[in-house]
Amino acid sequence: MNAFLAGNSLMRGLYCWLAANQGNAQECSPGWQPGMAARDGLLPAGWEWLAFAVTASVAAFLVLNLFLLLAMFYTYLERRLIGRFQVRIGPNRTGPWGLLQPVADAIKLLTKESIIPDGADRWLFNLAPIAMVVTMFMVLAVLPFGEGTFIADINVGLLFLIAVTSVNALAVFMAGVASGNRYAMFGGVRAVAQLISYEVPMVLSVVGVLLLAGSLSLVDIVNAQRVPFLLLQPLGFFIFVVGASAEMNRPPFDTLEAESEIVAGYHTEYSGMKFGYFWLAEYSAVLTTSGVIATLFLNGWQGPLLPSHVWFLLKVFGLAFVFIWVRSTLPRVRIDQTMAFAWKFLLPLGLLNIFVTAAEILVLGQPQGEGRVFSTGGLWLMAGINVTVTIGSVAVFSRLVSLRTPALPVPAAHLSRVEAR
Amino acid sequence: MTTGLGLSAAPPGERYKRLLPGAMSMRSEPVTVNVGPQHPSTHGVFRLRVTFDGEIILDVEPIFGYLHRGSEKLAEERTYTQVITLTDRLDYVASMTNNQAYVLAAEKLAGLRPPERAMYLRVIAAELQRIASHLMATGFLLNDLGAFATPLMYCFREREKILDLFEMLCGARITLSYMRVGGVFQDAPEDFWPALRKFLKEMPGYIDEYEALLVENEILVTRTRGVSVLTVDHALNASVTGPMLRASGFPWDLRVVDPYEVYDRVRFDVPVGKAGDNYDRFKIRLDEMRQSLRIVEQCVEQIEPGPVRAESPALLRPPAGDAYARIEGPKGELGFYLVSDGSIAPYRFKLRAPSFINLTVLRDLVIGWKLADMIVTLGSIDINMGEVDR
Amino acid sequence: MIRPIPGEELARRIQDACPGAVERWAGLDLWVRPERVLEVCQHLKSDSGLGFNLLNSISAVDYVEHFEVVYHLTSTSHLHSAVLKARVFGREDPTLPSVVGLWQGADYQEREIWDLMGVRFEGHPNLKRILLWEGYPGHPLRRDYLEAPR
Repeated sequence: MNAFLAGNSLMRGLYCWLAANQGNAQECSPGWQPGMAARDGLLPAGWEWLAFAVTASVAAFLVLNLFLLLAMFYTYLERRLIGRFQVRIGPNRTGPWGLLQPVADAIKLLTKESIIPDGADRWLFNLAPIAMVVTMFMVLAVLPFGEGTFIADINVGLLFLIAVTSVNALAVFMAGVASGNRYAMFGGVRAVAQLISYEVPMVLSVVGVLLLAGSLSLVDIVNAQRVPFLLLQPLGFFIFVVGASAEMNRPPFDTLEAESEIVAGYHTEYSGMKFGYFWLAEYSAVLTTSGVIATLFLNGWQGPLLPSHVWFLLKVFGLAFVFIWVRSTLPRVRIDQTMAFAWKFLLPLGLLNIFVTAAEILVLGQPQGEGRVFSTGGLWLMAGINVTVTIGSVAVFSRLVSLRTPALPVPAAHLSRVEAR
Repeated sequence: MTTGLGLSAAPPGERYKRLLPGAMSMRSEPVTVNVGPQHPSTHGVFRLRVTFDGEIILDVEPIFGYLHRGSEKLAEERTYTQVITLTDRLDYVASMTNNQAYVLAAEKLAGLRPPERAMYLRVIAAELQRIASHLMATGFLLNDLGAFATPLMYCFREREKILDLFEMLCGARITLSYMRVGGVFQDAPEDFWPALRKFLKEMPGYIDEYEALLVENEILVTRTRGVSVLTVDHALNASVTGPMLRASGFPWDLRVVDPYEVYDRVRFDVPVGKAGDNYDRFKIRLDEMRQSLRIVEQCVEQIEPGPVRAESPALLRPPAGDAYARIEGPKGELGFYLVSDGSIAPYRFKLRAPSFINLTVLRDLVIGWKLADMIVTLGSIDINMGEVDR
Repeated sequence: MIRPIPGEELARRIQDACPGAVERWAGLDLWVRPERVLEVCQHLKSDSGLGFNLLNSISAVDYVEHFEVVYHLTSTSHLHSAVLKARVFGREDPTLPSVVGLWQGADYQEREIWDLMGVRFEGHPNLKRILLWEGYPGHPLRRDYLEAPR
C-alpha cells in the first residue's frame, strides 16, 4: 500500500498530513525508529484509501495543469522560434512579446463551431480527439520530473510508456476513418502504417538502455546513469529520436498530416476545440517525448548546481528546440520512403545496437549479484566503442540502403504517344 | 469501379490474396479524389481529378478555368495602352515579362522601335522579374516538398528587395504596368541605380545560401531525383518550353536563339539539366537566377543616358495586320498574337501562356508515381493560375 | 537567330509533297486549305529540310465571314520558323483536322479554341471545354457573342 511513497516527495507531504499513522510511520515520520510512537494524521486508520485518492487527484491535477501551462508556453516558443528561423518575427501582438498568443488561440478554438460532417461516424469522430489527448497525458504518470517528483514509479514504467504511446496510432486512425473524408482516410491509413512501423525500431533502441540500467523503472534508469546513456548508447539515442519524431508526426516524417499533400491529413474535418485537442496532443507530445528522451538518455533530472526540476526542464526544452529546428529545416520524406527508412535502416541498426551492447556488457562488466557492474574506465571504453560503431554503421548503411522507389510501370498505351524529333 | 486503365493484370486486392492465399479476403478498389480547387498546394484554384490505387496514381485529369476572367475578350475593347494593365494580371508574379512580351508584339504591329535606354531598362526589369518569379517557384516547390515555409520565406525576403526596386521604377509592386508601347513609363530615378547595385552585390550570396541549404539536402535529392522524368523528345513534342525544357537537357532559350531587345549585346550561359527530373527542374531555376544577375550587371554597365519613350501618338492605331512576338518568360515561351484592324483597340489579343501549355505533360509525368510526387511535379512545372485560366 | 521562312518559299517547299494544299501566301504567312492542314503539318514536321518539331502556338481569329486558325511553328534544329494559316468558312460548325497526333502540345490549345471560339478539331481525342464548363452557352471569343441575359 505504501510502496508508492518510496522516494516520492511530490505526494508524501499531503498523504502523511491526511493519513500518517503507525503503519506508514517509516515514510511519514522523519527519524522514526521501531518502537517509537508515530505522527498522527487527520484521518483514522483504515481510511488510507481516501487519503490516497485525494493525494493522487491533487497530484494529477497539479501535474496536468502545470504541464498544460508548459505546453502553452511551448506552442508560443515553437511559433516564435520558427518565426526566427524563417526570417520573420512571429507572434508579437498579444500581450508582452506575444506571450498571450496561446491564450488567444485557445479562446478562438473554444468559441468556434464544432462541425461534424454528414458522412462522419459520430461516435468515433468525437472519441478520437479524446483518445489522443488522454493517452498523451498518461505518459506523465510515470515520468520523473525531478528528484523524487513523479506520480508513480512503477517497476514496468518503460513498458507502460511504450504501451500508452502506441494507442496514439489508434486515435489517429479513428479520426481518419471516422471523418468520411478521403484526405482524412489517406492520413489515417498512412498513420497505421507509419506509427506501427516506427514502434519497432523505437522499442529496439530502448533495449540497450534496459540492458545497461537493468530495470524498467524510469527512476532506476535515471539513477543508473553515472555516465549519460547518450554517450553509451549513441546509436540507440539516434534511433529513438528519429523514431520519436515519426511517432509524433513531426517533420520530416509528418506524412500523416502532410499539408501540401493531404491538406491536414487525419484531422482535416475537425474544427473548434476538437481540432484543438489534436493540436494540443501534438504539441504536448513534443514535451513528453523530450522528457522521455531526457530521462532515458540524458541523465534525467540529474545535474550539478541547479535544482533537479530546472535541470529536467532545461533538458526538455533543449530537446524541444532541436525538434523545432528540424521541423523548420527539413523537407518531408515520402510515405514509402518513410516506411523504407524504418524497416531497412533503423531496424537493422537497432538490432546491431542490441548486439553490440550485450556483447560489451558480457566482456566489460564484472558479475555482481544478479547483474553486472562496470568500472568507470570500462564505461568510457564502452562509450568510445559505441560512438565509433554508430558513426561507422550509419555511414555504411546510408551507402547501402536506398530509399528511392521507382514508379509503377505504366503501359505505354496509357500515356500520350510521342513521336521522335 | 473501373478506371479503364488496367495498370495491373489483377485488381489490387487480388495481389495480396496471391501473396497470402486464404489468409485474408481483402477487397480494394481505386479511389477518386478531387485534389483542389481548395487545396494548399495547387498554386491557386486548380483541380486535379486523381484516381488512386492506394497512394499510387492511376489517372489524372487537370480541371481548370476557375480563374477565367476573359482577358482575351476584354482586350478587344481597350486601347493598346489600356491592354497593358490586363497583361499585368495574367501571370501576376511576373508582370514585367508579360508587359514586355505584349509591348514587343504591339511594337511589331505598329512598326515602332523603342530608344536604346528604354530597351536596356526593359531588359533589366525583365531579368529582375525572372529572378523574382524563379524565387517564388523555388520557394513554393520546397513548400510542396514539405519544408514548412522556411525556404519560401527566405525566397520572399529577396523577392521583397526586387519588389522594392520595382516600386522605385514605377510605384507599383505587383501589377506593374511599367512598359509602354514604344518605351517604358518613365526613366529610373537617381536612387534606383545605387539600390540596384547593392542588390546585385548581395544577391549571389543569397543564392549561395539557398544552394547550401537545399542542393545537397539528402531528403530533397531522394524525393526528387529520378522522379517524373521528362525526355527532350516528349518536351518538344508537347510544346514545353522554358526552364522545364532546359531541365530536360535541351539548351533552348529564346534570348539566345532569337534575341530580342538588347540580349544580343550581353553574354550569359544557358544552364541545362541532365535527366529532366524534378531535381533538375528545381536546380535549373537557381542556376538561371545567377545568369539573370549577370545580364543585369552587364546592362547596368552598358546603359547610356537618353530618351526612354519613342514618339508615338497617344492613341495608337497600328495598320491592319497581325504580329506574333515571343520572349523567354520565366515560365517558358511567352507569346502574344495581336491582330489589328486599324482601330485603337486590338481586333484579337491572344496569349500563348507557357504554364498553360506546360501543363499538357502533367498527366504523363505523374502516372505511376505517388500522391506526394504529383504535388512536387506540379510545383516543378511552376504554373500560375492567372496565366493558365486567363 | 531564328529565320522566319517567307510564305512563298514555304509554299514552294511543300508543293511537291502536298500538291494543291496551298491557298495563297503573303509576306511571312502561308494559307493552306483547311482540310489539308494535317497533311501539310505532317510534311512540315517530318521533312528533314523543314523539321518543324516545336509547335509554338495555335491561335484562332474570328473575321466574321470566316475563322482563321494560325499555327506558329519553329524548328529547333534548323532554327527557322513559319506561320501557317487556315481559313474556315461557316459559323455553324467550323471544322479543322486536329494536329494532336503530331504535336501533343496542341492538345490544350485546340481544346481552348473549341471552348472559346467554337472551332471544332476533328480527330482530337478529348475535345471538351477547358476553361468554361460543359453546357456554357456559346463561344465567348466570337465577335457575335452576346452575354446570355441574366
